[in-house]
Amino acid sequence: MGLEKVDLTNIKPYGDTLNDGMVQMSFTLPVSADEEAKEAARRLAIKMGLEDPSVVSMKNMGPGFSFFIVYGRCAASIDYTTIEVPKVDVETMSKKEVETFIEEKIKRDITIIGACTGSDAHTVGIDAIMNMKGFDGHYGLERYKGIEAVNMGSQVPNEELVAKAIELKADGILVSQVVTQKDVHIPNLTELIELLEAEGLREKMVVVCGGPRINHELAKELGYDAGFGTGSYAEDVASFVVDEMVKRKLV
Amino acid sequence: MESKLNLDQTMIQEARQAAKTIADDVQYFIDEHTTVTVERTVARLLGIDGVDEMDTPLPNVVVENIKQGGGLGKGAAFWIGNAMAGLKKSPQEIAEAISRGELDLTKIAINDEKDIQGAIDAVAVETVGKITKNRERRDHDMKNIGDGAKPYLYVIVATGNIYEDAMQAKSAARQGADIIAVIRSTAQSLLDYVPYGPTTEGFGGTYATQENFRIMRVALDEVGAEVGKYIHLCNYCSGLCMPEIAAMGALERLDVMLNDALYGILFRDINMQRTLVDQYFSRIINGFAGIMINTGEDNYLTTADAVEEAHTVLASQFINEQFAKKAGLPEEQMGLGHAFEMRPDLENGFLLELAQAQMAREIFPKAPLKYMPPTKFKTGDIFKGHIQDAMFNMISIWTNQGVQLLGMMTEAIHTPHIQDRALAIENAKYVFNNCRDLGSEISYKEDGIIQSRAKDVLSNAHDLLNEIQRNGLFKTIEEGKFGGVKRMRTGGKGLDGVTKKDAGYYNPFVDLMLQGGA
Repeated sequence: MGLEKVDLTNIKPYGDTLNDGMVQMSFTLPVSADEEAKEAARRLAIKMGLEDPSVVSMKNMGPGFSFFIVYGRCAASIDYTTIEVPKVDVETMSKKEVETFIEEKIKRDITIIGACTGSDAHTVGIDAIMNMKGFDGHYGLERYKGIEAVNMGSQVPNEELVAKAIELKADGILVSQVVTQKDVHIPNLTELIELLEAEGLREKMVVVCGGPRINHELAKELGYDAGFGTGSYAEDVASFVVDEMVKRKLV
Repeated sequence: MESKLNLDQTMIQEARQAAKTIADDVQYFIDEHTTVTVERTVARLLGIDGVDEMDTPLPNVVVENIKQGGGLGKGAAFWIGNAMAGLKKSPQEIAEAISRGELDLTKIAINDEKDIQGAIDAVAVETVGKITKNRERRDHDMKNIGDGAKPYLYVIVATGNIYEDAMQAKSAARQGADIIAVIRSTAQSLLDYVPYGPTTEGFGGTYATQENFRIMRVALDEVGAEVGKYIHLCNYCSGLCMPEIAAMGALERLDVMLNDALYGILFRDINMQRTLVDQYFSRIINGFAGIMINTGEDNYLTTADAVEEAHTVLASQFINEQFAKKAGLPEEQMGLGHAFEMRPDLENGFLLELAQAQMAREIFPKAPLKYMPPTKFKTGDIFKGHIQDAMFNMISIWTNQGVQLLGMMTEAIHTPHIQDRALAIENAKYVFNNCRDLGSEISYKEDGIIQSRAKDVLSNAHDLLNEIQRNGLFKTIEEGKFGGVKRMRTGGKGLDGVTKKDAGYYNPFVDLMLQGGA
């Protein structure tokens, strides 16, 4: 008997035999570890769609909590052949790739200015992108070789940001807006673009905004090159900026 | 202590002496200056608390009033004492009057200096007494309820909701944790005020407020009595409100505080002049309150390479030791930081990590060294992460570290889930128990990989300290020698809160605390 061939229209997890559907998982239940808790874990696995679930480990985590390791067979399957993941225009490069890209395609250090503009005092977003430490294990632009990253912090007036951009001959501007109550960010973001246009700078720079309530569509509408929402990291922003610089011949 | 690494003792002495000169040099600057948060701390220690109708903390209201009147150089104690002497009101009543716009501290007639200091000292002695009582209570509980074996198991909670944190902390203590750190909400370090009251929402952490400290203290005392050991509470005495948080911690009996100016300068872009002045007063408070500080050298290795830049960690530890000494903080409270951050695929990386951990142990024999887990090379692969943490735990027990910041296998994914913490504690307990006396059984091959590595790191740190001694600490930071991060002397956040002291500057707490209380 030869090996069974994988049916790509119908794939499921592999343990030690094709289509055995074996999955492992672990979770905590907010009840003390006892036989009822164990049974609850098993029934939960059934409800999740696992067949023949087996609770292989239950651990007491103090009163009111128990931890389980469960194996079971996944009943569901997926048609792999029909999957198409929509890709963003620019594929995100790693920090290292961005650095190489700058070295090879831009051939000089670039300057990116970041600020939280207007009355906004929340630097969480801009710090996550700019600061050395970055966020969630994704280092910020300050740590990128080839990027001179300048974080102006919070409550920066648009005029000051533009003045800084002129002073440092910035290649890119990142604006973070966290506070969006009553849409205060809209006039503020619009004003920056108007100022840049008045100075004749808009076309010479990559201008990007970000924040929890910012998306790409809104950003484009307001005259920005891109908008980044929650879950964006420094490398996403950096990839876009350097790619855009090359595309627009701003190198 | 016999050196297993055969370290050059003369070189250690020279490095320590260079660090002392570096700290002396900065101390001249520190002694001539004060800051808005130092003065707000004085206000807090004088009993000023609460917020105005705009939610501005009263210590900020008071210090802003003094600053507006151009009087910051004399210190908050001078102006509050003057108002107390003249108006026969308590500091809190004075603060409330200022917030109602009824009082302007710098416009009151100046009283006799003796009366001013007399009024202040009475309150100051009372506060210092309260802190002494907290210290005694801690000592008493550690002796009578019990205390965990070192390395202390240190875990974090970070739900954003202090009540949820308290529940998770209790659960962690029941699983075996010795220290519970409440991670602060992202960017609290950049706020130039301390939020007020209990908080239930935060970003990636929970705001450090005095009420939150109190809530967590109660929870840990409860669970400590239940599990039969004192549970230590840790928070973050860093950022723009460094000494204020130290004061809050001293009053609410925290036990451990992250407390490192260099960390703030490099990784939070806080102005170096500001934070070094702030650090001095915060360390005086921490020292007096019996709080163990943790320094942040480990973070250098998250930005710089752990093999190439190991000596910057050691050099910084030497400097931090001297700054701590100046603030009266005993070695037993110096949780100097270092980390296990080498690339996991490095050949013999474990030997190099071992060498460095043993080296730190031998150079700072009394310090409860804070050992940080692998973070930089953690990925979503939790299975590998768990092994990395086990290797790290092995070195810790082997080299007798003081505080073991437990590695979480989900480090690169999220703030810990309840089972992540439980598995981390289980991992550490298993390794610690299984290898308890490994360190005393093993000696190292003469001039082998381990001894040579330690020698190299010490020698490079020695050279770097001599260089810093020549150039000064400020210039060294400007050149990006630590963590590869450059910060300017006049750059960063908070410089406008620094003021030169005037003649007649008064802060009763410095002397009271450095002399060990009234």
